[in-house]
Amino acid sequence: MDDAISKACGSIPRRCARRTTAEQGGFVLYDLSVAAISLAGVSKTFGDGTLAVADLDLDIADGELLVVVGPSGCGKSTVLRIVAGLESPTEGEVTIGGRVVTDASPGDRDLAIVFQDYALYPHLSAYQNLAFALKSRRMGRKAIDKRVREVAALLSIEPLLHRKPRALSGGERQRVAMGRAIVRSPSAFLMDEPLSNLDAKLRVQLRSEIRRLHRELGETFLFVTHDQTEALTIGDRVAVLRRGRLQQLDDPQSLYDSPANLFVAGFIGTPPMNLLLATVEADGTQRIARAGPWRFAVPAGVLIGRVVVGIRPEHLGAPEFVTGFGEAATAEVLVAEAETLGGVSLLHFAVDAQPVSVRDDDGLDAPFTLGSPPATVIAAVDARTQALPESRLTLAVDKSRVRFFDADTGEALRLNGAPSERPPA
Amino acid sequence: MTSTYVATEPQDVDRKPAHTSDRSRAENRLGLKLVAPAVVMMLLVTAYPMLRALYLSLFQYRVTAPDDRAFVGLSNYVTVLTDQLWWRDIWNTVIIMVVTVAIELVIGFAFAMVMHRIIFARGVIRTAILIPYGIITVVSAFAWQFAFSLNNGFVNGWLGWLPGIDADFNWFGSHWPAMFAIMVSEIWKTTPFMSLLLLAGLSQVSEDMLEAAKVDGATWWQRLFKVILPNMRAAIMVAVLFRALDAFRIFDNIFVMTRGAQDTESASFLTYRQVIENLELGIGSALSVLLFLCVLLIAFLLVRLFKVDLAAARGEG
Repeated sequence: MDDAISKACGSIPRRCARRTTAEQGGFVLYDLSVAAISLAGVSKTFGDGTLAVADLDLDIADGELLVVVGPSGCGKSTVLRIVAGLESPTEGEVTIGGRVVTDASPGDRDLAIVFQDYALYPHLSAYQNLAFALKSRRMGRKAIDKRVREVAALLSIEPLLHRKPRALSGGERQRVAMGRAIVRSPSAFLMDEPLSNLDAKLRVQLRSEIRRLHRELGETFLFVTHDQTEALTIGDRVAVLRRGRLQQLDDPQSLYDSPANLFVAGFIGTPPMNLLLATVEADGTQRIARAGPWRFAVPAGVLIGRVVVGIRPEHLGAPEFVTGFGEAATAEVLVAEAETLGGVSLLHFAVDAQPVSVRDDDGLDAPFTLGSPPATVIAAVDARTQALPESRLTLAVDKSRVRFFDADTGEALRLNGAPSERPPA
Repeated sequence: MTSTYVATEPQDVDRKPAHTSDRSRAENRLGLKLVAPAVVMMLLVTAYPMLRALYLSLFQYRVTAPDDRAFVGLSNYVTVLTDQLWWRDIWNTVIIMVVTVAIELVIGFAFAMVMHRIIFARGVIRTAILIPYGIITVVSAFAWQFAFSLNNGFVNGWLGWLPGIDADFNWFGSHWPAMFAIMVSEIWKTTPFMSLLLLAGLSQVSEDMLEAAKVDGATWWQRLFKVILPNMRAAIMVAVLFRALDAFRIFDNIFVMTRGAQDTESASFLTYRQVIENLELGIGSALSVLLFLCVLLIAFLLVRLFKVDLAAARGEG
């Protein structure tokens, strides 16, 4: 299927995304030249001087589900509120469906929001909550009734329609809130952490529900969350935001495989990517990065000195159980801790290298924080691997999937097309 | 009326059924013991005077002639209820109550909105709005009497452009202008109290919900009438109840501004006159009892209304 997508994408000048039902061909092409929602150079500074969003350019294609993800305080909710018209940007332009709406009121933008705390009208029944927006638009009573029942059926909330929000459970309220958004057939849906107040099980269930709704409605969704797992599972494309600045905008797999910088590398994935400082030395014609027990050939063009090496936990494994590894390097490690998760085990071990982490207060001049050796590395290995704490174990690492980052800027090094397997966005 | 009760935070829908284990019975006993001193105090300071008034209202009793005291049954009540004076004063009182509470509700709500929304100089503006409530009623009544007075008041000067009002217009010279002046002073004085109670209700209307309504395309008026007001109904009813009971007992303003002249007497002023000026304890007590019954009736009617609304606000209606 991936081949089909890349073939199809080749014909579209900008980007395309995936995920539909098999009958629909398995993917949809999103042509960004007809963006449903577009932010151009949008900045927002609050009255107290806080810079919430800095010079953000973001195009959301018609029918796309775009997730904005980032740690708390990164400005993701502000982005959504600016699109909704609940905040006005200090600079920049917001376009919805080709119309500049920077100064339009929220009611004139033909959008619907689903709030984190649902924001249902407590004095109205679920039915009246759904009907509210239609009444505001002076729709006829019969038409309202038909539409409300249609949407209630879509969300299977018909039996709840007569109840007031207080008599509904969290998941039911969330469904009613989604119903209230859907009932108006808006041109786009904005969802502000809609699943954060639900328990873990319900959250997973509603995730796929939202994907289903997105498929069935075929409308544009802007979904904001702080949960990177949610972002990866839900989004056609994911925008990673940090301190109001866009770090990377990509489809989930590319985001995971080729993080654009150290922040994204550390933010996306659980457990996060192991980041180590390596020294780059010349070895004949090649340049070699040495980090702990490993030596990796670095992309051509990397200068002698330092580089940050990123290894995903699942790209480490006991040689007898790994499959699909490319060229592998092995090293013997001393297991410090082993956590069993059922299918995989997480092994913690120390390597003689400086650990690299991106902290909240790391700024632009110092993109990351260097720890002192040894660094703790986590490997997600096959659960059959015999590994007890304090035991020695030989682990292979998939060299082809190791990522390199500039030690001065923290940006990913993608020199000469390597190491990314996918063509860059 | 000093206690401020605002009930809006709803309780859980599924309350646990009351069980009567030994433990909860012991807790009940402890509860009774804890409230007992307060109940005794209340009985002493409120129940005794009330029962005493009820008792006295059954006698013909003038303080200057204590020996002529005689039991007359309900004839004091008959006297009062058949007298035009009583009905006129009740009418005045009801008019003052309805008009002032209605106007206070509107202005008080506007003030509450201002206090709720204001961003700059928040403290100063909130304080400024609340100042009148901090002024003693008698003092504010005097201030307004001066404002409306014939010779040195500013009202005539300011409103001179209105037909019928000039420098020589005597506000206290006829019924309606005098009532108007009394009501203005009452409204000025007590609107801040109303707005405080409404502010408490307003701050419980969720901001997200208002934004949802904005995005739903509701206009400002629709948001106000369909979202904000229904969600603070309980607070509004509490505010109206408090102010209505207060306004029904209006006395100070009238005492200072007109002393009941131009038929501006209120029911409590009539009571005052019978007891303090005429020293008629029997008639006066009968008037107090009737006044009490009126207040009770208003409270009952409003609370009946209020309960229905409270249930609706909780999502049970």
